[in-house]
Amino acid sequence: MSAAAAALGVLRRDLLLALRRKSDALAPVFFFVIVASLFPLGIGPEPELLRRIGPGVLWVGALLATMLALARLFAADYEDGTLEQLALSPEPFVLLAAAKVAAHWLVSGLPLIVAAPVLALQYGLPADTIAVLVASLLLGTPVLSLVGAIGAALTLGVRGGGLLVALIVLPLYVPALVFGAGAVDANLAGTGAVAHLSLLGACLVIAAFFAPWAIMAALRIALE
Amino acid sequence: MLAATALECVRGERTLFSGVSFALAAGAGLLVQGANGAGKTSLLRILVGLAPPAEGTVAWDGQPIRSLGEAFRREVLWCGHSNGLKDDLSALENVRAAAALAGRPIAEAEAREVLARAGVGAQAELPARSLSQGQRRRTALARLLFTRAKLWVLDEPVAALDAGGVEWLAAALDRHLAAGGLAVVTSHQLLATRSRFDPLRLGA
Repeated sequence: MSAAAAALGVLRRDLLLALRRKSDALAPVFFFVIVASLFPLGIGPEPELLRRIGPGVLWVGALLATMLALARLFAADYEDGTLEQLALSPEPFVLLAAAKVAAHWLVSGLPLIVAAPVLALQYGLPADTIAVLVASLLLGTPVLSLVGAIGAALTLGVRGGGLLVALIVLPLYVPALVFGAGAVDANLAGTGAVAHLSLLGACLVIAAFFAPWAIMAALRIALE
Repeated sequence: MLAATALECVRGERTLFSGVSFALAAGAGLLVQGANGAGKTSLLRILVGLAPPAEGTVAWDGQPIRSLGEAFRREVLWCGHSNGLKDDLSALENVRAAAALAGRPIAEAEAREVLARAGVGAQAELPARSLSQGQRRRTALARLLFTRAKLWVLDEPVAALDAGGVEWLAAALDRHLAAGGLAVVTSHQLLATRSRFDPLRLGA
């Protein structure tokens, strides 16, 4: 009971902090909007080509956008000493780590999903394809947050950690990107997106189960 | 209650200290002293379980703290060099967040009262970044007033505190020890407590 209260407390605190720093919190969704809007401008009005590259561009844009806030995910808590307090809390550290990831997803994942349908219109994607895009992002962005948080925890306290996070995390993002963009492509091609979405869902289940433990272990090492 | 046996701490190639042993019974305090870099903070981090010792064990009620895990962390309050405050949150929000994290959520009214007793009642609504160093320290130490932890581990708690703050902290420590609590404190200054703190000198 008090474990849930402590985890909710961490979630509420991180959301409140995001609210106090709106410019930081809005950076991922702005980045996503800019990237997804520049491609049609750069490529020009070729509906066939845009529809062809749309799923991939939107997914890569979303993937890079979720990475923006990763470097600060644990670093801020590490610097001001609150991470020590998290680690020494009598409540399960793994739950508190999961709460931090949940906050990261709510702040830098969920807004992307809200923005995605509007951006998809620029690529001329039909309505049912946009629905699949939203579904794939709903399943995929939590995977990105969970896996990204492992990288952020592993590089905590390392100089040049920002670049290192990208190097560690990007290869691990590949399955989510392949299945996510693949689902949208498959719907466009008319072969059905269920298989891709199921695989993406499996990725999410595995990541949700294992990632918090890996994050916890990495944070404990960083604090030693 | 708290027993350390032959603790050794190694940083890189250098051995900071070795063979540090002590036992602390209920109601007893330990004052860790030593020159800068003697390993005072490292010793404290080992005692609370943040870092493992290179050699030796720390035991609580006869059990190694590594195997106790959450049961031990419930008994410990740690206040390190950094205050553990969020700059963007108010003192009030910081105290309440810390309370929830310690497994003992407190209502707003109680948090205000705690801050008032810590001497920062008038600053309760201010973001922590606009507080002075001493006020930040008092806000961090306000946790002492509502915690149920038996073992207080405080790293340089009087740093940045004014005379009134030092007195307030000494009174809090006295009350805690009189109630059967334990405290391990590092300090370069005298603590002004009435209860006796056993000295432990590192690097001597």
